Amino acid sequence: MEQHRILIYILLAIAVTNLIRVIPMLFIKGQISNRFIRSFLYYVPYVTLAVMTFPDMILATPTPWPSLVALVIGMIAAWAHLGLLPVAAICCAIVYFLM
Amino acid sequence: MSGNWKHIIHGFRDGFPIALGYFAVSFSLGIIAAKAGLTSGQGFLTSFFTRASAGEYGTYTLISVRAAYAEIIAMCLVVNLRYMLMSAALSQKIAPGTPWIKRILMACCITDEVFGISIAHPGYTPPSYMYAAALLSTLFWASGCAIGITAGSLLPQHVVTALSMSLYGMFVAIFIPPARRDRNVLYAVIASFVLSGICAVAPVVSQWSSGMRTVVLTIIISGVAAWLKPIKTKGDGAA
Repeated sequence: MEQHRILIYILLAIAVTNLIRVIPMLFIKGQISNRFIRSFLYYVPYVTLAVMTFPDMILATPTPWPSLVALVIGMIAAWAHLGLLPVAAICCAIVYFLM
Repeated sequence: MSGNWKHIIHGFRDGFPIALGYFAVSFSLGIIAAKAGLTSGQGFLTSFFTRASAGEYGTYTLISVRAAYAEIIAMCLVVNLRYMLMSAALSQKIAPGTPWIKRILMACCITDEVFGISIAHPGYTPPSYMYAAALLSTLFWASGCAIGITAGSLLPQHVVTALSMSLYGMFVAIFIPPARRDRNVLYAVIASFVLSGICAVAPVVSQWSSGMRTVVLTIIISGVAAWLKPIKTKGDGAA
């Protein structure tokens, strides 16, 4: 029964995530013209990721300060245009050595 | 046919560095999935067919608290909203006359990084280029998650905790560069940190699930940002 429930969660996630990708491709011809919707969609990814990063990241370690340091240094590294892999590696290394 | 092979090889070439990064990140996602009670087979399937870092993170955290099905739907909708914009942008990069089935498959290939290289491809994006890059990176992504689920429990706890930082590191690497380019994104990110921090400790709101908080905060902050600071240029703003 438990497995059954997990399977439904998984199938829902798969269905919604892929429908979101496919629907605009099927229905949008040309650029979206509504300025508010375009602006809203522009901000959504960054706001979502920021909300999911803080405070979750600093709550993920037993004491908040190693991950807080990792967050700050990671942000500086990303600001300096280091890519996805280096930034992720820096955050892991900092928490590993400070914890 | 030879032209098609060239696109496939280019797709693998550009997809490989993405695949390596994905492996590291999805490994830590697997650790979270294990906590939610997923088997490595289920993690592989979920990762293979969703290919959504933030969406999967949200999904696994919701599964671990056995949230309502509607919450999963709302979470996947909002957290993956950016894919809608990317899909709209990608539709402009597909050669006219491309069959619908190929358009749908290309849309399903969208992730932040695969979209990035596909949009950067000169001229129309060849379907086979995108398929190759997506297939390679997705295999690494799904394997990383499956191995994370299995190996996460074998590793010492402090190593697991340290590795779990890679997911947040990836999030930071995605939202900081646009915040540097665009001051309004920077303000939106700062507002997100502050409000999200407040909501995690505030009465009533802190009782909501983290998925619910993510959805509500994303809609409110993005809506206010779009209202106060609408985008000016005609670019798609997604790359």
